[in-house]
Amino acid sequence: MIPAMDRPDSAMNGASGAFRICPVTGLSLHRPAERLIKANAVAATIALLIGGISAILILLTRWQAVHLLGPTMFYRVLTAHGLTMLIFFIIFFEMAVLYFAAGPLLNSRIAAPKFGWFSYALMTAGALLAEVMIWTGRADVLMTSYIPLRAHPLYYLGIIFFAVGALCVCGQFFATLVIAKRERTYEGSLPLVTYGAVTAAIIAVITLLHGAATYIPTFLWSIGVMKMDPQIYRMLWWALGHSSQQINVAAMVAIWYLLGAFTVGAVVLNEKISRTAFVLYILFISLASAHHLLVDPGFSSSWKVVNTSYFMYMAVLASLLHGFTVPAGVEIGQRLRGFNQGLFGWVKRAPWGDPGFSSLVLSVVVFGFVGGITGVTIGTEQINIVVHNTLRVPGHFHATVVSGTATAFMGLTYYLIPLVFQKKVAFWRLAQIQPYLFAGGMLIFSIFMSFAGGYGVPRRHWDIAFTGAPFEQAFDPAVDALMGIMALGGLLAAVGGGLYILITVWSVFFGKPFTEADRVPGAKGLPQGIVRPPRPTTLEDEAVLPKGRLGNAPGTMVLVLVFLLVFAVYYFANWKLLSFVWKIG
Amino acid sequence: MSREPMHTGLVSPRGNWWVPAHKSEKVWFAIAFGWCMVLFAMMPLWHWKGGQNASGIRRRVDPAAFEARVNEFVTDYKVGELNGFPVVEPPPGSDIYLIGRMWSWYPVLKLKKGAKYTLHLSSKDVNHGFSLYPVNINFQVVPGYDYGLVIVPTAAGDFGIICNEFCGVGHHTMLGKVLVTNEDGTMPGSAASAAEVK
Repeated sequence: MIPAMDRPDSAMNGASGAFRICPVTGLSLHRPAERLIKANAVAATIALLIGGISAILILLTRWQAVHLLGPTMFYRVLTAHGLTMLIFFIIFFEMAVLYFAAGPLLNSRIAAPKFGWFSYALMTAGALLAEVMIWTGRADVLMTSYIPLRAHPLYYLGIIFFAVGALCVCGQFFATLVIAKRERTYEGSLPLVTYGAVTAAIIAVITLLHGAATYIPTFLWSIGVMKMDPQIYRMLWWALGHSSQQINVAAMVAIWYLLGAFTVGAVVLNEKISRTAFVLYILFISLASAHHLLVDPGFSSSWKVVNTSYFMYMAVLASLLHGFTVPAGVEIGQRLRGFNQGLFGWVKRAPWGDPGFSSLVLSVVVFGFVGGITGVTIGTEQINIVVHNTLRVPGHFHATVVSGTATAFMGLTYYLIPLVFQKKVAFWRLAQIQPYLFAGGMLIFSIFMSFAGGYGVPRRHWDIAFTGAPFEQAFDPAVDALMGIMALGGLLAAVGGGLYILITVWSVFFGKPFTEADRVPGAKGLPQGIVRPPRPTTLEDEAVLPKGRLGNAPGTMVLVLVFLLVFAVYYFANWKLLSFVWKIG
Repeated sequence: MSREPMHTGLVSPRGNWWVPAHKSEKVWFAIAFGWCMVLFAMMPLWHWKGGQNASGIRRRVDPAAFEARVNEFVTDYKVGELNGFPVVEPPPGSDIYLIGRMWSWYPVLKLKKGAKYTLHLSSKDVNHGFSLYPVNINFQVVPGYDYGLVIVPTAAGDFGIICNEFCGVGHHTMLGKVLVTNEDGTMPGSAASAAEVK
C-alpha cells in the first residue's frame, strides 16, 4: 500500500495538505471529502430538526385528547414530515456515509470534489424548493402524492433536482472506488463495510431511476402535457418509495458492521456469507413495491405473491443472515478480548455507556424484533387485508426506519464527531442516555401504534372521532388508551431526538477540539472505542472460543432461536386473526 | 494453509476469502432458508384452503360509467333512506356496487348474513381506502379500476366504512355504512341506526 502522503496525485487536489492522518484509526482522510461529509451531515441534521418538529405537531394532533392542528395544517405538516425525514434526512446522511466509505475507509481521495459541491447544491436547492411548496400550501398531497391529487409543478421539480443530485453523488462514489483501486490505496478486496455501502449505492441508483420514472412524467402531467394512470403511478412511486427504504437497510447494515468494529472489534465470521447476503439485497429488494399494492385492483394474485415475497423471501433471508452475523461478530469480538464467561458474559461486559455501542444494539434488536417481524407479516398477501392503511403500517416502519436506521445513524455520529469533525462530544452524560431515550421511546410508540392499528384505526387521518361525518362512529375505548401511550412514547423519542440535535450542533460548532491528549481512560466526550480502541487479536486468542454444540457464538445462537420463535408466533397469530373476518375471494 | 487472524469489517480481506462458513453459520442459514420457504408456501396455501383472499375480479372502468352503474343499482334495489343516503338491499348472490367520492361512500348497503355478494369497488375522483369497521377489512379503491370481491358477511350488525386513504381535506368525514341483517331479514337488537331506516 502506498501511504497517501507519498502518492503522486495527492497533490492534484491542492498541495501537500490534501490529506490528514487520523490518530485513532490510522486512516488517511482526504480533506475535500471531509468537508463534503460535514456539509451533508449538517444538511441531514437540519432536515431532522424540521422533520422532528413536524413529528411533534402530528403526534399532538393524532393524540385525540390534544388534537392540536386543524385538518389543512395537519395534512400539510404530515406531507412535510414524511418527505423531510424519509427522503431528505436519510438521503443526506447516506451521502455522507458514501463519501466516508469510499474516501477515508479506503485511504483514497474522492474523484471530483467540485462535482461533489455541485451535487450538494442541486440536492439542497431541490429540497428547499419542495419544502417551500409544501409550507406555502401548494403541495397538500402527502408524501406519496397519489395522482390525481395535484401539487404545484415546482414541487415535483424540487424532488427531481434532489434525486438527480443524489444520483451524481452515487456516480462520484463509484468513480472514487475506481480511483482507490487504480491508485492501490488498499490491498485485497474492499472492506465489508465499504462493500455494504456499494450495495446501498447500487440500490440507490435503481431507486433514483424509479424516482425519475415517477416524477418526470408526473411533472409533465402536472403542467398538462401528459396523461397518467393512478394505478401505474402507485406501482412506480412505491418502486421509489419502498426501494429507498432498502437503501437505508443496506446502509444501516453496513453501519452495524462499522459500529461493531469501532466499539468492540466485532469480527466478520465469513466474508462469503455476509457479502452474498448483500448481493441478495441488490437482486431482490426492489420487488418490494408490491408491499403497498397487495389489496390494489391492478395486479393479479400471482404477481403479488412473487413480488411481495422478494421472490421466495430471498431479501428476508439476507436480513436473517445479517441478523446472525452482526451479533455473532460482536460476541466473538468480545470473547477474543477475554469477555468469555458463560453464554452471555460478553453482553454483560459490553460497553453500554458508549452511545455508539448502545445505538448498535438497540438498532439491531428493535429493527429485527419489531420492524422485521411486523414487516414480513404485514407484507404477506392475504394478511395485508387486515392491515392495509391502518396504523399498523406506520407502526411497522417507525420501528425500521426510526428505531433501526436513524438510531444506527445517530450511533455513528458519536464517532464521526471526533474522527471527522475533530471535536469532543458535548454533554457527554446526555449523549450516553440519548440512544436509550430515542430508541426506547420509538419502541413504545411503534408497538402501541400497531396495537391501535389492529382495531382498524386508519393512518393519515385527522380526526378518528369523524366530526362532521354523515354517520356516527366510535372506536373501541381501548384505542384512546393505546394512542395515549403511543403519544407518550413518541414524546420520549422526541426528547431523545432533540438531545441528539443539541449534542451534535453544540459539539460541532461550539465543542472543544479533540486532541491526542484527550484519549485517557475515563475521558468524557469520547466513546470508548476512541479512548481505548479494541486491541488487535491473534490466532492464539481464537483458542479460547467455545466449541460446543451451539458453535463459536453460542449466545447469539440462543438469541436468534428466540427471535425465530417470536417471529413464528406473531406470524401465525396474524393468520388466525385473518381467519376471523368475513369470507372474501 | 496458514490462516489469517479474524478481522473486522474495516479490514480489506486478502487472498481468497471464499471459504466454507463456520458450522453455526451453516446451521442458521439452513434454518433461515427453511423459514423463508414456510413463509412463501403460506400464501398459495391460503389461496387454496383459506377463506380470505384479495384476488377478485379486476378490470379497468371509466369512472363515469361506473357511477352510472351505481345509480342503476340504487334505482333497482332501493328500500329506504338513512341520513340522506339511499339504503339498497340487493338479492343474495347479486353484484353490488359501492363508489367512493370526495367525501362519501355511496350508497348504504343492506346485506344478509351468510349470503354471497360480489362487491364492486371504485372511485369517481381520487384514491380512497375501503376500511370496514369493526371487522377490519381494507382495500385500496383506485379511480379507473373496478375491484369485484366476492364477500360473505359472517355476522349481522351495523358496520362503518372508514376512508383510510388520504383524499383531501374532508377525508375524515368520509364515512359510509353497511347493514347486515340476520338470515330472516331482521336487524340484531343492538343496531340502533337500523330503526331509523324509513
